[in-house]
Amino acid sequence: MYAALWRVLPGPWWVRVVILLVLLALILTALVLWVFPWVQTFVAPQDVTVQKA
Amino acid sequence: MMLDMTEPEGDGAPAAPSDARSRGRRAATESTGAPRPRRRISVVGIAGEVLITAGVLVLMFLGWQLWLQDIIVGNQLHQQATQQTKEWDRKATAPTSGSNVVPVSQAPGNAQTFAYLLVPRWNEPGQADYYRPIAQGVGTSDVLNKYKLGHYPTTQMPGEVGNFAIASHRSAYGGNLHLIHQLHVGDHIFVETQDGWYQYSFRNLEYVQPTGVGVLDAVPQAPGVQPTDRLITLTSCNPFYSTAERIVAYGMFDKFYPRDPSQPGGGAPAQIVKTVQGGHS
Repeated sequence: MYAALWRVLPGPWWVRVVILLVLLALILTALVLWVFPWVQTFVAPQDVTVQKA
Repeated sequence: MMLDMTEPEGDGAPAAPSDARSRGRRAATESTGAPRPRRRISVVGIAGEVLITAGVLVLMFLGWQLWLQDIIVGNQLHQQATQQTKEWDRKATAPTSGSNVVPVSQAPGNAQTFAYLLVPRWNEPGQADYYRPIAQGVGTSDVLNKYKLGHYPTTQMPGEVGNFAIASHRSAYGGNLHLIHQLHVGDHIFVETQDGWYQYSFRNLEYVQPTGVGVLDAVPQAPGVQPTDRLITLTSCNPFYSTAERIVAYGMFDKFYPRDPSQPGGGAPAQIVKTVQGGHS
């Protein structure tokens, strides 16, 4: 999977590294801004108040 | 690369590093000259990479949820609070009523932020001081999951005779009551509103079932009794990362500090004046 990605990327090795770093930054941003908050609604305790049964 | 080019080959330098470099270069020229035979794509290989990626993602999520997010959110909330207090300072006029009068504001609309909580015990080194918003209502999606503490709308307002009860997440979503169990008897709990600062002192902890609404009574656990004291009640979940129980912290009202622009620090109590002004105490 990652080997195929490396082959698909154009340019010399350092251009590929730069492209990969940019991609990684984009993915991390998307994770923190949208994906993680969404996942959290399923795994974090949602019910923190006291209320009548 | 540059280093490689300037270094003459075989200059008798210590062998190991330059050898490694030239080996690397040889491999590189080989791979551009005559393409290496491609490894066959293996299902197991791809599955392995997918699994490793999934593991890394889960670890990153945990790091974000349990640690990074609460720090980021804490900083943001601190900034918002200091901006709001500056705005309140600008609007403030010298208090007209005597300092013995404790003002009580009207209950605001649902989900509206009307106060801030400051607890010096919960300041952590290297992070913004604890300074968090309190909004009206305890709705999950509109208040608690928006990183705010929520005021139980059936309970009294700050400074009012009775019980000012608020709820928040113990961890995640800012973890506003993460350190509730670390309060010491007598620790100050400040509630800031447009009028000024209400100082409460922590009295005791209590653990109840999720249905233990008695903690919200005007005199906690004594329904129908006419209150004479002013209390603050903080509720959160217990233990960490569970909703099995509720942890409850009570504080007794001590004193009100009116917002007064003629005073240094706008009249804020000395213990929190640095926090209110955006610094660290």
